[in-house]
Amino acid sequence: MDAVTLARWQFGIITVYHFFFVPLTLGLVTLVAVMQTMHYRTGDEIYQKMTKFWGKLFLINFAIGVATGIVQEFQFGLNWSEYARFVGDIFGAPLAIEALMAFFLESVFLGLWVFGQDKLSKGVHLAAIWLVAIGSNLSALWILIANSFMQHPVGYVLRNGRAEMTDFFALITNPNIFFQFPHVIFSGLTTGAFFVLGISSYHLLRRGDNMELFRRSFNIGIVAAIIGTLAVGLFGDAQGKQLITSQPMKMAAAEALWETEDPAGLALFALIDETNKRNSLEIEIPYMLSFMSYSKFSGEVKGMLPLQAEYEKKYGPGNYIPPVTISFWTFRTMVGIGTLLIGLALLGAFLVWRGQLEQTPLYLKGMMGAAVLPYIANSSGWLLTELGRQPWIVFGLQKTSDAVSPNVTANMILMSLIGFTVLYGALMVADLYLLVKFAKQGPDSA
Amino acid sequence: MDLNVLWFILVVVLFTGFFILEGFDYGVGILLPFIAKNDQDRRMVINTIGPFWDGNEVWILTAGGAIFAAFPNWYATMFSGFYLALVLMLFALIARGVAFEFRSKDANPTWRSLWDGAIFVGSLVPSLVWGIALTNLVRGLPIDATMTYMGGFFTLLNPMALLGGLTTLALFILQGAIFLSLKTTDDLLARAIAITKKVAPVTTGVVLLFTLAGYFMVDSFTPLGILAVVLLAATVWLTQQNRFGAAFITNSLGIALTNLTIFLSLFPRVMVSSLNPQWSLTIYSASSSPYTLKIMTMVAFVFVPIVLMYQGWTYWVFRQRISREVHLEY
Repeated sequence: MDAVTLARWQFGIITVYHFFFVPLTLGLVTLVAVMQTMHYRTGDEIYQKMTKFWGKLFLINFAIGVATGIVQEFQFGLNWSEYARFVGDIFGAPLAIEALMAFFLESVFLGLWVFGQDKLSKGVHLAAIWLVAIGSNLSALWILIANSFMQHPVGYVLRNGRAEMTDFFALITNPNIFFQFPHVIFSGLTTGAFFVLGISSYHLLRRGDNMELFRRSFNIGIVAAIIGTLAVGLFGDAQGKQLITSQPMKMAAAEALWETEDPAGLALFALIDETNKRNSLEIEIPYMLSFMSYSKFSGEVKGMLPLQAEYEKKYGPGNYIPPVTISFWTFRTMVGIGTLLIGLALLGAFLVWRGQLEQTPLYLKGMMGAAVLPYIANSSGWLLTELGRQPWIVFGLQKTSDAVSPNVTANMILMSLIGFTVLYGALMVADLYLLVKFAKQGPDSA
Repeated sequence: MDLNVLWFILVVVLFTGFFILEGFDYGVGILLPFIAKNDQDRRMVINTIGPFWDGNEVWILTAGGAIFAAFPNWYATMFSGFYLALVLMLFALIARGVAFEFRSKDANPTWRSLWDGAIFVGSLVPSLVWGIALTNLVRGLPIDATMTYMGGFFTLLNPMALLGGLTTLALFILQGAIFLSLKTTDDLLARAIAITKKVAPVTTGVVLLFTLAGYFMVDSFTPLGILAVVLLAATVWLTQQNRFGAAFITNSLGIALTNLTIFLSLFPRVMVSSLNPQWSLTIYSASSSPYTLKIMTMVAFVFVPIVLMYQGWTYWVFRQRISREVHLEY
């Protein structure tokens, strides 16, 4: 494999792995903060026990999220030095602001929260966890501002052989961010909610000592799950509508739409033939893609082949079609899971409302498994976002193949890639071991 | 003063803060296997830095971010040039960060000693790497006309740079030992004090050697280096007097001045090319546009004081020593 391919694999592995932990951090910290707030307001001991139990699981997850986040601050220089030179004037700013505004906040106040229980007043201790929650979410905001520039560059001019920032306000109000940020935040909440629901279901099934604690945890989880899944869906839908016009190639690939159609049908299933640039088999709902894009049963959705012709004219010869099969199926995986999770959340709320939850073991068992679904959806979403932008690293400005460090050889990347894979694999084993151990032990072990 | 100079100063400040603060928690990590006799000891040692290490580490992440934002070419050349060394350091930091949280969450002795090993190695490797890296910036590296590093991994391991690595290592170990003398009790305290008194003269010697080598080999800015040695000598004296609070301050200043020596010898360059002086990266050739520097300056002026306030406050909250009676989180 050549250096570009290896560098992309390394970026993919490092970043997807990091993003296994981030959404749970975002969601779970909010839920833990809610639990602690309830303890603060009611004085009920169960909420304190709850805060401790979920807080411990949160910390185990947070540790790996933070540790693997360190790489993110450096890897654009390590493997993507030409990218760093080309867009550093723009891209470096949100990264530095993220460190200054968010990393300090979350790390310092997490230290205060973990170690300060006996040293801080109850109110300050509560404020600490909320500041961690704010810090984590701010961190997501700034990194997504940076990422949005790659998807949809704004506020820049090409000067001195690089992209230079001309409008910071345009950068932070990139139209992409208004949908991507809430979409990510609420998928975090969903991940946290289903984590709490899954583990609570396990304990409710076992009918152990802490039934009331897990009942209440389940209730908090189900409220978060309904808010989270519905909001993810709504913002995802809005994002899709925006992408149709702002990133048409990505959406065309996600829909395996080769030719421009008006009205456009939605392919539910497609056998994609990327070499001959066509679908050899397709099951389609007519009008549906136009409807999803424009909320009416007509409207042109551009296909990949006309876009390819358009881009060749604009950017010169080359292949501008991203990997279609992966884009198509990751999109369907994400949306499919999202829809399923909405259903599971509503069903859970219904069961709680009817007082039938604990009499429905099948649902509880299902929810234990459902805890992994948000992870698959989150990763699919990112794969679509990043692969759907190819061959560009910054859309229309720099190609991924021009962005790698010229002096970092394939062998060097291979060494680091093997190292990261082994280390991350070992950490995953240790993480799962601890999570399962403490999740099973329940709140009395602390 | 233009903004390029200001951002150079800010990067120096971030590195100084990083070395002083994370210096002691690296030092504590390195001393862990030597000072602790049993698991209870080890937990107490780790808990002295428990509330601090993560916030301290953000200083280097912010320095990395600041270099990226203000001097993207420096960021690109340095991190791609130091590729394997930096990757090695990242492995160390990742394992170390997880280790603090994970080691006491299971009682199995093998589990704990594995994570203790990660804390030790994870503290040792970056302590060496940062000294090696910064010294190489001044000493000069094969950088071509396109700002691309042309050397390999072993180019970095020249005697001068290794001495630089040894210098940061020695300073951090001493910083950690003094910190432990301030934060522990009973027999741990006695051992911390004994180690501090042994380490202080050695560290002073290493810093003296580094200052002299800097003068003869890379023409570095020596008056500050000499002052660093004087401060280190004061640290030796203060530790002999059992005045560890004052020793922590003089040693921190010694660290700051050693760091400043390196950066002042660099200025206005940020990476020296050994192939052609014209090819060295400077605060102008490596920098962002004036607009970006202006935006970042405004951001820094608002947030750096806020960060300093709340981080300083945590040191006040956790000012107590760790004793056997204290509940241990890690």
